[in-house]
Amino acid sequence: MTMQTEPFIMNIGPQHPSTHGVFRIRVALDGEVITDADMIMGYLHRSMEKLAEERTYTQNIPFTDRIDYLAAMSNNLAYVMAVEKLASVEVPERGQYLRVIMAEFQRIASHAMAVGTFVNDCGAWQTPLMYMFKERERILDLFEMTCGARLTCNYVRIGGVSYDIPDEFLPKAWELVREMPGILDEYEGLLVENEILLARSKGIGVLTAQEAINFSCTGPMLRGSGVAWDLRKADPYAVYDRMQFEIPVGRNGDCYDRFRVRLEEMRQSGRILKQCLEQLPGGQATNPVPLALRPPVGEAYAAVEGPRGELGFYIVSDGGPAPYRFHVRAPSLINLTALPKMTIGSTVADAVVILGSVDIVVGEVDR
Amino acid sequence: MPFPFLKGAWYNISDLSNLSRALLGWVDGWGNDTVAYIAAGLIGVLATMAFLVPSQLGVVWIERRVIGRFQIRRGPNRVGPYGLLQPIADALKVMLKEALTPPAGDKWVFWAAPILMFIPAIGVYAVIPWGKNMAMADLNIGLLYFVALSSLTTIFVFMAGWSSNNKYSLFGAMRVVAMMISYEVPVVVTLLGVSLFTGSLSLSGIVQWQADYHVWLVLLQPMAFIVYYIASTAELNRTPADIAEAESEIVAGYHTEYSGMKFSLFYAAEYTNALAISALVAAVYFGGWYMWGLEQWVPGWLIFIGKLYFFFLVLIWLRGTLPRLRVDQLMAFAWKFLLPLSLVNVFVVGLEVLLWHENGWSAGVTLPAFAVVNLALTVALVYTYARAFGYDRPRAGDIVLRSEIGFVPGPATEGLPGGT
Repeated sequence: MTMQTEPFIMNIGPQHPSTHGVFRIRVALDGEVITDADMIMGYLHRSMEKLAEERTYTQNIPFTDRIDYLAAMSNNLAYVMAVEKLASVEVPERGQYLRVIMAEFQRIASHAMAVGTFVNDCGAWQTPLMYMFKERERILDLFEMTCGARLTCNYVRIGGVSYDIPDEFLPKAWELVREMPGILDEYEGLLVENEILLARSKGIGVLTAQEAINFSCTGPMLRGSGVAWDLRKADPYAVYDRMQFEIPVGRNGDCYDRFRVRLEEMRQSGRILKQCLEQLPGGQATNPVPLALRPPVGEAYAAVEGPRGELGFYIVSDGGPAPYRFHVRAPSLINLTALPKMTIGSTVADAVVILGSVDIVVGEVDR
Repeated sequence: MPFPFLKGAWYNISDLSNLSRALLGWVDGWGNDTVAYIAAGLIGVLATMAFLVPSQLGVVWIERRVIGRFQIRRGPNRVGPYGLLQPIADALKVMLKEALTPPAGDKWVFWAAPILMFIPAIGVYAVIPWGKNMAMADLNIGLLYFVALSSLTTIFVFMAGWSSNNKYSLFGAMRVVAMMISYEVPVVVTLLGVSLFTGSLSLSGIVQWQADYHVWLVLLQPMAFIVYYIASTAELNRTPADIAEAESEIVAGYHTEYSGMKFSLFYAAEYTNALAISALVAAVYFGGWYMWGLEQWVPGWLIFIGKLYFFFLVLIWLRGTLPRLRVDQLMAFAWKFLLPLSLVNVFVVGLEVLLWHENGWSAGVTLPAFAVVNLALTVALVYTYARAFGYDRPRAGDIVLRSEIGFVPGPATEGLPGGT
């Protein structure tokens, strides 16, 4: 008689400490090695795309906050840019600068969270996350100062922004921007050469450039795989064409490179913020637009380089006050499709680290 | 002796064995040997518990406060002054909570595991030498007893993991079994070096040897201390080796299904084990109650408890700092790094003992010479191993900064235009 073995099926999630929300991977295991991985999503589906068809263009902005709740400003910006393209609305220069300032602050806050949870997934006992929260708190304080909300900002509006910045914003922002390089040096000193972190993330979850492109990955996932692609350079929107900054690119395409790319992007965001705060022009921040905006019949797609990758909104108008079709190109969802490719053949412990390095927000995956 | 009038008096707090001797003499006067035996055992147990119970509550508070400081937050500070009553509130909470039993689990094994888990955890305290003459049971094979009893824990962890009928629990249990077997080997081989040098397996004997020669064993065998401390912390299931619980991977490992008091027994056993390991390190490598004369002024058991708490703080420090290793990496670390180093240690120590005793050299010259040689050897070996098995330090070339879009040459872009 021969011994028979059968695969050990285990559910990672939907209720699990490191699936970053309610997301489930059903893995088939041979010992600790994953032989098959099956992603099951939809636990956080709120049918936002359908709901948006019943509301006016302005009423839809708060929805975008809740799609990716860690990067509300970027989502606002992408959606509003699509509407502006559709309705041919001009934005004053001060408004454009304010949008870039908020988007870059949001990128730093989101990457801080991504790096912190990534190291947590590697097994650290909350300490890196708490350090990352320290700076994120200051950024959220700045958001609160400007628009009254910390997480769901609803700040970027069609034609500009909801409020101009208050007087106390600039000194606080300057203080943070000046301290940023030192803070990042501290983080890098603590994390980059940690032997255990290297052991856990180097050579894990490798995605080559060709594979990353085939999966339509964007953001740090693509840049970690050796492709220097950034919408802020490739298709500059707002005032990014006036900014001096570099695209950090990894060479090996593993978890460690993605983590390093994020750390370096925070530094580059600091550079952009410095230039923006220096160049910030005076004048009006917002062009008034009618509240019940009725864009002409047509369609528009606008995308920004969000913290997680290319975040695009596709809107079709039938001339009415609400969009006829509202579609989100969610980078979390598309980056996540590469997960089975990266996890099959690695262990359960690695799968968690790989998921952390993809940096998903389940609100955006399921919408 | 600084206080000759206290010598032998029952109220001499620097040597609590006088008190227990006085009590036992009184019980002995009843003329019944059985009662005297029971009384002797009870006194020891009560004394151990008098340390353990407040320590259990204390270390929970200490750990939460200290980790809070590591993580730039305050830690518990609401219940009582400085949050001091927090552990009591927690204990009340877990006692009032419902202890669920999974319906598909093995009920009796599930119930027994946390209770049995506590037996070896407390049992090892019998041989700990709290002070001169202050071991509850001064076994002549105390070291062996300690190692054997503490590795029994594995069975109860496996019982818990298996009976839960939960896949996460099973994973945690299997990991513990694999890891314990690997890490028991370097632990035993390292402690062998200690008994070779001191010629004793009794913990009191080892401490007495250190007091006689006025030296801590850590100075003579630094490598053994490093290997033992790493290996024994790995057995405690705390980061960087908490693969049995591994919150981010397998939820809570072997105690995923446990709740209420049953869970908190595991929790308490973990802290009891951590304190026991700290106690063994303090006794074997850091002279126990011996502190170069200070023990004549300060009660020896206070010195010992101070050392014990210091090593517990180091454990907290490790937990607050390091990420977790993967299972295979942890196993490889034991077999490739710790075991060879501990074997080298036994060989060197054996050679030194042979040279010392065969030639009849005086201890005053020999021991400092050994200390210097062993320290140099330790530094050299650890450095070589770190070079051989560690990672190359990431250089600036790992991340490339580009101001234009395109491919970056590197392993990931092989075969693409602009790549390698």
